[in-house]
Amino acid sequence: MSEFEPQIVAFFCNWCTFTAADLAGTSRLAYPPNLKIIRVMCTGMVDPKYVIKAFLNGADGVLIGGCWPGDCHYINGNLKARRRVANLTEILKQYGIDEQRFWLRWIAASEGTMLKEVADEMTEKLRHLGPSPLRSLGQMAV
Amino acid sequence: MATFAQMSFQKDGMNKELGAFFKGMLEKGAVDAVLVPMAQPKKGIRLSLLTSPEYTGRVDPFAPIAAVSGAKIASSLTARPSGRRLAMVLRPCEIRAVVELAKLKQVTLDDVLLMGVDCLGRYENTDFAKFQEQGGTSESFLTNALAGKTAASDFDIVGACKICEFPAADNVDLRLAAIGAGSGTVFIEAVTSKGKQALEKSGLQPGAAPAGRDEAVKKLTAARTEARDKKFSELRKEVNSFEALASKLSACINCYNCRVACPVCYCKECVFVTDTFRHTGDQYMLWADQSGALKLPNDTLFYHLVRMTHMSLLCVGCGQCTSACPNDIDLMPLFRTCADKTQARFSYQAGRSLEEEQPMAVFKSDELMEVTGQVK
Repeated sequence: MSEFEPQIVAFFCNWCTFTAADLAGTSRLAYPPNLKIIRVMCTGMVDPKYVIKAFLNGADGVLIGGCWPGDCHYINGNLKARRRVANLTEILKQYGIDEQRFWLRWIAASEGTMLKEVADEMTEKLRHLGPSPLRSLGQMAV
Repeated sequence: MATFAQMSFQKDGMNKELGAFFKGMLEKGAVDAVLVPMAQPKKGIRLSLLTSPEYTGRVDPFAPIAAVSGAKIASSLTARPSGRRLAMVLRPCEIRAVVELAKLKQVTLDDVLLMGVDCLGRYENTDFAKFQEQGGTSESFLTNALAGKTAASDFDIVGACKICEFPAADNVDLRLAAIGAGSGTVFIEAVTSKGKQALEKSGLQPGAAPAGRDEAVKKLTAARTEARDKKFSELRKEVNSFEALASKLSACINCYNCRVACPVCYCKECVFVTDTFRHTGDQYMLWADQSGALKLPNDTLFYHLVRMTHMSLLCVGCGQCTSACPNDIDLMPLFRTCADKTQARFSYQAGRSLEEEQPMAVFKSDELMEVTGQVK
């Protein structure tokens, strides 16, 4: 039985983090394939429902990557995202999903290396933490 | 600056005196209408919109029942206001929900005189019917409850009330004060200048403040707070995993009555009744294939988690969710314990102040640095 490989659902904003992921690619910086990247226009459009759905479907981690405050293409989408993440983290924490599994990180378009570092960091941390407690719920997690 | 007017009554005379007060308010033009719990012609007590002094004899503001949250009624009456001055006689949890709804512009307080009734608890609707059949009255309830006995023959006040730390309402113009008032007495307290004007116009003479009122309220609040902390700690021990949460919600059938009953569930159209959740046949098949079997209706745990995300920051702990559940799921402690954490995260308390902005309605450029843990 091979070692546990965490499944991480990543929501990256088009303008910054997704571009950083592109830069990491063109710079040939290898980062783990554990990230399943979903491109959104802004972290401000990441509805908490997407995060909840990801965890209910057994995701071991969820990563939201966006522009640094002040640099949001839509001015303040990332600030709204930060409040929503704080609220949702408080809720999920009570039932066993905490900040170790649910990350919000600012990664600018030029920060390809940081993208690689965050991906490495999260994957490694989750490898040690183990599978999500929701994986064993299976049929109950509806 | 509070002004108190004492209202004394003989046994079984409380509602008669209160009726006379509201009659005075209507006849002397302090207000054009009153939203107040009233005895219905056949059975029961319901909030009623009273415009004629003729029916004031049937008012019953201290009745231990809130068939639906008065905040929802307040919203239906004032979201698109009539322009007529309205007095709303509501319990503390309803007032706190009104404060939250006012911030969402679903309640307009411009032509409203808010009157908060001291609340010692409410019975479930079916229990209240039994209570009335057994001869119980608001007076008998108040006398017993103020002495610490809220239970009747084989039922008690609802769980939410046992742990409610707000027996007296804040953010009101007037209070109907029974706690610390002494037997055979109720005080009408004018809290704001608007309330004082209405009190004077109604013809009641202001007098001395009830001695021991503050202390009595503090004592009751402290007892309830202790009960609340105990309940929270028990619940948190029991429900500390998604498995335990799913287990608690195993009787849920997605009827969404808890959502209908909740005064602060504010969405005009809930996402769960939109196309987003009208899944296609092959989507269901796909999910069923993934685990071998799929409970239907699905999106049960999902629905409750989303409701927590949307309204836990505004939860006032009224317990209408538990009252509304057809399958007797005790939702109130689940939502209150969640609300306790989420509201604390933003140093927010639902219903505390009209000036306090709701946490998801505002944002700052530098705050919550610990969420990302990154410094530029």
